[in-house]
Formats: sequence, C-alpha cells, structure tokens
Amino acid sequence: MSTPNLHPGLNLGTRHGAAHEGAETIVFGFWIFLMSDLVIFGLVFASYLTVANPMGMAGGPGPADAFDLRSVFIQTMILLTSSLTFGFATLAMRHEHGRKTIAVWLGASLLLGLGFLVMELRDFAHMIEVGAVPQRSGFWSAFWGLVPLHGLHVTIGCLWIVVMLVQMAVLGLIPVVKTRLLRLGLFWHFLDLIWVAIFSIVYLGGLMP
Amino acid sequence: MSNAILGRLDLASLSIWRAFENPTSSELIGAGAAMLVIVGGLAAVILLTWFRLWKPLWRDWLTSVDHKRIGIMYCALALIMLARGVIEGALMRTQQAFGLHGGFLAPDHFSELFSTHGTIMIFFVAMPFIAGVINYVMPLQIGARDMAFPVMNQISLGLTATGAALVMISLVLGEFSTGGWANYPPYTGADFQPGPGPDYWIWAIVLAGIGTTLSGINFVVTIYKERAPGMDFLRMPIFCWTVICTSIIMIFALPPLTVAALMLAADRYLDFHFFTNDLGGNMMNYVNLFWLFGHPEVYLLVIPCYGIFSEVISTFSGKRIYGYMSMVYATMSIAVLSFCVWLHHFFTMGQSASINVAFGIASMAIAVPTGIKVYNWMATLFRGRVRMTVPMIYATGFFYLFVVGGLTGVMLANPVISFQVHNTLFLVAHFHNVIIPGVLFGLLAGYHYWFPKAFGFRLHEGWGRAAALLWIAGFSFTFLPLYWLGLQGMPRRSVTFSDPAFQPMMWLALFGAALIVSALGCIAVQLWVSIRKRDQLAVPLGDPWNGRSLEWSIPAPPPAYNFAVLPQVSVRDDFAEAKADGRAYAAPGQYEDIEMPDNTAIGMIVCVCSTLLGLALVFWIWWLAILSFAVMILALIGRTFRVNARHVIPAAEIAAEHRAWLARIEAAPAVDRLEETHERNLGRAVLERPGRLEAAQ
Repeated sequence: MSTPNLHPGLNLGTRHGAAHEGAETIVFGFWIFLMSDLVIFGLVFASYLTVANPMGMAGGPGPADAFDLRSVFIQTMILLTSSLTFGFATLAMRHEHGRKTIAVWLGASLLLGLGFLVMELRDFAHMIEVGAVPQRSGFWSAFWGLVPLHGLHVTIGCLWIVVMLVQMAVLGLIPVVKTRLLRLGLFWHFLDLIWVAIFSIVYLGGLMP
Repeated sequence: MSNAILGRLDLASLSIWRAFENPTSSELIGAGAAMLVIVGGLAAVILLTWFRLWKPLWRDWLTSVDHKRIGIMYCALALIMLARGVIEGALMRTQQAFGLHGGFLAPDHFSELFSTHGTIMIFFVAMPFIAGVINYVMPLQIGARDMAFPVMNQISLGLTATGAALVMISLVLGEFSTGGWANYPPYTGADFQPGPGPDYWIWAIVLAGIGTTLSGINFVVTIYKERAPGMDFLRMPIFCWTVICTSIIMIFALPPLTVAALMLAADRYLDFHFFTNDLGGNMMNYVNLFWLFGHPEVYLLVIPCYGIFSEVISTFSGKRIYGYMSMVYATMSIAVLSFCVWLHHFFTMGQSASINVAFGIASMAIAVPTGIKVYNWMATLFRGRVRMTVPMIYATGFFYLFVVGGLTGVMLANPVISFQVHNTLFLVAHFHNVIIPGVLFGLLAGYHYWFPKAFGFRLHEGWGRAAALLWIAGFSFTFLPLYWLGLQGMPRRSVTFSDPAFQPMMWLALFGAALIVSALGCIAVQLWVSIRKRDQLAVPLGDPWNGRSLEWSIPAPPPAYNFAVLPQVSVRDDFAEAKADGRAYAAPGQYEDIEMPDNTAIGMIVCVCSTLLGLALVFWIWWLAILSFAVMILALIGRTFRVNARHVIPAAEIAAEHRAWLARIEAAPAVDRLEETHERNLGRAVLERPGRLEAAQ
C-alpha cells in the first residue's frame, strides 16, 4: 500500500503521500462499482441476444425497419470525441493548467454528451414512429431496456459534469474534487466502452444481412 | 380506479377494512397482523416519547456513521423481522396441520404467507443479520478505525430498512405478492396479478438490493485498503476471508436480481414484453437471471456463517484453526463455484440432458470444499480444550444437521432424483436444512459470541442454552418430517391436501414449529434477563472468551475510534500470541490525534425518501414518486458539497481513556477458561501458556 506512484495522472497535493493514499481507497472502490455496473450491462446484453431472433420479434418490425446507421455512426463519433476531450481535461488537471482550461474541456465533453443524447432521442422518436416500441415485442423490449439504459448513464454523466463544474468553482481544485474528476473520467470512458459494444452488437449485428 | 392524489390507494386497500367487510378467519388473521404492525409502531413512538429517547436515538444511532452502531442497527432490524418470519412459518405449519380438506386460511392468503416468509427470511433477516455482524466485527478484526466509506455504509442500512419497511407496510396497505420469494413471471405479471402485491416485492427487493451491492463494495474495499500494518491477507482471521468471498458475491450476484426485478417492473408498469407469454417474451430469461443471483445468494448467506463457526470453534477449543490455508482455498472455491450451478434450480424446465448433467456435476463438486471445512472444524476440536458454551451448542447442532442438509443437496444435484422430488416438500426440507442450521445457527452463535464485545456484558448462559437446544430440536421436528412427506409426493406450497397419510407427519411438524416459537421466546427472554443482570454479566475489559483476534484486544464496548493506537500485527491470531508473549496490553509510547467522520442525516433522508418512493410506485402515486426521488437526488448531490465533515479526537483524551482501561486490566483478576461463564469473568483471561511467557521474558 505504500507504492510510490499510485495515481501518476493526478497532482493531488504538494506532497503526494496522504492525499494519494486517500485517493487509492476511493478510486479502487469506484473501479469495483464499475465492475458491478458492467455485470448489469452484460446481463442486459445477454437478454437482448436471446430475443434478437424472429421469435422475439413476434412478427413486428425488425432492426432493418428502424435503425438508422448513419445517425448511429455520427453518435459514435461524437461520443468517442467526448472521451478525447475528457482526456484533455484530465491532462490539464495533471499539468496544472488551471481551473479554466479544465472547465473548458469538461464543458466540451458536456456539450458532446448532450449532442449525443439529442441525436439518440431523435432516433428513438423515429423508432416510435415506425412502431418499434417496447410494447410491440420482446425484441423491442430488450432493445429499449438496453440502449436507453446507456443513454440514462450518459445523462447521469452529464449531470455529474455540471455538478463538478460547480464544485470546481465553489470548492476549488482540492484533492477530493480531483479524485471526483478522476472517477468521473473513469465513468465517462466506461460509457464509451459500453457504447462500442452497443454499436457493434446491436446496430452492426442487427443490420448484418 | 386511479386518481391523481392517491393513485390506486383506496379504502379496500386497508386489510382491516377488508376484514370488516368480509370477516372470514383468513381475513381476520390478516387484519390482526395489520393491527400488530400499527400497534407496534404506535407503542414504539409512545415509549420513545415517554422516555424522551428521540434525541439520543437520532444523535447516537440514526445519524451515526460508526460501523459498530450501524452493525447493531442491522442486527436489531434482522431480529425484529425474524419474529415476523417465524410467526408466519408457524402459521403455515398450523394451516397445513389442519389442512386435510380445509384449514382456516384462504389459498391466496397462504400464498402471500409463503411469499413474505421467504422474502423476509432471506432479504430482511439473513442478509441484514450478516451485514450487521460483518459491519461490527470485520473492521475490528483487521485493525481498522471504520469502514472505507462510512457514509455509504449508513446509506446501505437506510436502503435495507426501506425494503423491510415496505414489506411491513404491505400488511396494512394492499397485499403482498403470491408468487413466492422467487416471484416468477408470467404468474407475477400484470395479466395474472394486477394488484400491488408483486410491486411491493419488486421495490422492496430493488431498493434493498442496491443497498446490499453498496455494502459489498464497502466491505471488500475496507479489507483491501484498511488493514492494520502487518495484517497481511494470510494473517487475517478466517471470518475476514469469508467476508471477502461474500462481498464478491454481493458485488457480482446482486446485479442479476436488480436487472430481473426491474425488467419485471417494466413488464408490469410499461407493458414491456421481457417475460410475458405473448409477443416474443421469454420467461426463461427471468428464471435464469433470478437464479444467477439466487444460487450465489445462498452462499452469500452461508459463507460468513462458516467464518463465524471458524472463529467460535477455534476460540472455544483454545486452539488455532486447523488447516488455515485449506480453509481459505475452500472458501474461495465455494464462492467461485457458486456462480456455476444456478441451473440446478430448474432442472425440469426444458434444457437438454447434457446441460443438466454439467450443472449437476458442478453442484456436487461444491460438496468437496464444504467437506474440507467440516473436517477442518473437527480437527480443530480434536484435543482442544473444548467448552460447551452456547455458541458451541449451536456449532454442534450445525455439524450434525448441516451435514444431513448438505447430503440431501447432493441428492438433489442429481437431475434424475431432482425430476422425482422437485416442487415437493423434500426441497422445502432441504433448503431449510441448510439455511437454519447453517445460516441461522451461525448467526445466533455469532450473536452470542460477539454480544459482550458490543455491549460490555455477556448474554445469560442458561436461557441461551435453552434457546439453542430448542432451536435444534425444533428444527429437527419441523423439517425432518418434510423429507418424508416430500418423498411421499406432497407438493410444496399446498394450502390443503387430500391424502390422510400425510397428516401424522404434519402434526409432528406442527409440534416442531411450537418448539421453534418457544426458542424465539427464549431468545427474547434471554435478552431481557441479560439486560436486567448486566452488572453481574459485565465484561468491560473486553476479552471474555480468551479470544484470539484483534477485536478482543480492546475494551467492551470499544471506543468510537476502536483502537487507541493502530495495532502492529506480526502473526496469525495476533492477540493470542501477544498474550502468550506478554506483548498484550502494553502501553504505547505516544498517542496521536484521531480524525473521525461526523454524523450525518443523509442515510435517514435516503431511507425516508426511498420508502415514500417505493410506496408511491406500488400505488401509482406519481407526484409523490417524482417528489421523493428528486429530494433524494438533491440531498445526495448537496451532501457532496460538504467536504470536511470530520472531527478530531485529541490525543490527550484518547490517552486518558486508554490508560484508565489499562490500569483496570492491571488490577482485574484474570479468569480461567472454566470460569468464563461465571460472574468473576470481567473480560480478562488467564494466560494459557505461562511457561512460554517466562521463556519470552
């Protein structure tokens, strides 16, 4: 527990000792929470795969009737870019570029996250139009259980960014704010990972001939 | 049917009103239970007001983040719910004893009884009791000052209490699910049970389940990051190893339950088709998800109890645990295997024979590490200086009965036998046979063993013995006959039966249920008598049983900061070795200030808001659901702005307290093992190996 470089990406204090050891516990706990959350997504993916077949679709619309790959591809790019901007925020924190720079990068990530959500909601509206609603079939129930669950996580992430922007202004860059930003970063990148799986399994897999 | 203010809550939701309109014996029993909840709640309020206890309750308990107080609150919750669960069990036994062509309960009421009985016993007795014991004991055993996340710990307790409260409220408002503790759809879907019953189950389980997942994270992080200097993993007491395994199960096995319950909620509230009969729903997904949780769950329950028995048997044999490493490996193997066997809960539900065989073999394999543990415990007893105190009586009962339960489990793991006896009372007998002697006896042994540590006085030995023997006899008379009935083909969950051949065994089981009720009575009397005689039973010096691990090296009850100076651990069973070497009770060179977290009301805010949220969702009171959820989220966000919620206990204060205690130790008579249940026992044990002490000096 006394290894020197616990979180080299963080400048937690003038002398890293106590602040780093505190961060160690908190960040480790958050990793475990993410593992638990990953199990939730894994199970929802598994449920989706069991009904991604004609029987699950019950004669209703299928993926080809409702998915818009162009829109989904743009969403993927937006989300991946938001991870990049978040990475810049973390780097700005590490190299002590000041609150303003961090806030700018966080703001960029927030805008991209919101942009993703807006595009996703437009997609959902289209699906409702063509009758691909969860009440139609087991397949669409599983889809609406999975993809909006990710969207809900992104919404929480956006809310969290807002809270962090306020905390940076009110509390300053104290160690606990920095570890919160670090955890938010983990969460944000985790959502990217989930989205990559959604894009590959749900959208690409669904549209595969 | 549904209005804007009260949702679907109306006069007919009141079970007392229903009994008034339709006074059958079944409805009157339901109304009686509702009255009991209301009168009990009112009595609690009146007593708290009369004795002016609201303020201390709020200040010292409800807002406390001390892991010890949170642990005690968990155990208190579990004991209250245990009383309800036992009464329901006895009521079901009575119904079945008179159930030849009739009885006095309506079928739906009987179904509600077995559903609440199972839900309560698993989620609101066994789990909080285990969380309570872990909360209390584990940080003390590893030499920590508190859990890694004290405030989250309080929130977990709040969420567990929410689930228990919802199940209690269901006695007064509406009704509970009739779908058993597993609540299988489509029977629990909106088509077959449109009422609030399954919704109570869903929200009680989801909210309490989130609390349990957070507890698991807290436990495992505490063990990984908060151990005292020198407390290597392989120096930890076996109980802490079992806590790691249980936490892993909490973190990975609770999500399937949450997912299954929320999908069922989507089916019921939003007309989704996850598990419906029509439109591509797949009810087998529910069954898989549920048991993907359900099977690890039973190991979540029993593994810490193995840990408790390891501590108890080792202490009361005056020996270190035999085969420490094999215990660690066995516990880990059980935890891993527990994730690989869920399918044996539904061998008959249509998968291919080869899949059944694979899961059958995996299930039988669990008997191997479990067997290793049993042999290790026996080897620990071998040539030990064994004292038959109350925890050891429970341990003895556990040995005999749990092995029987384990062996019938191996029988059930064989798909061929499972096809014959599935859904009969044989199964009911089997799982009670592992859960009562394994989990409940373990927890009661732990309750008796650590009670003096928590409160500074021992529990009365005589009443404890009576309770333990009654539990053992009561269990045997109640559940062993059910094996026979199951083999004769009597289905489980039957409100009545028509074959008179079943009746003698039913009467025997009723006799056993009466013994169990009296065992529970003995536990209540024991608590009362012990509190009255607390001066004679006092063990303030903290080591009444000649203990071996760190929790016994501090006063009873321990100070809020646990250890005046964090212990430096050098071997396994460090405190036993320290006593033998003369290192124990040494005055430290210097004391330092200790920083501890402040009290907070956030756990109670979450508890109240989530209870209102659960009720609002059950009765479709949407404005209340939105309001309580929003308040909860805002409170949690607001809490994150309080960053320095800690206070410092000055070194001088700690030094004074610690030195006073050391002086009392110096002055106190040390008692021999044979006198540990005597009044002379003040919590200082005589040295076991004076020869070794002389050599060390």
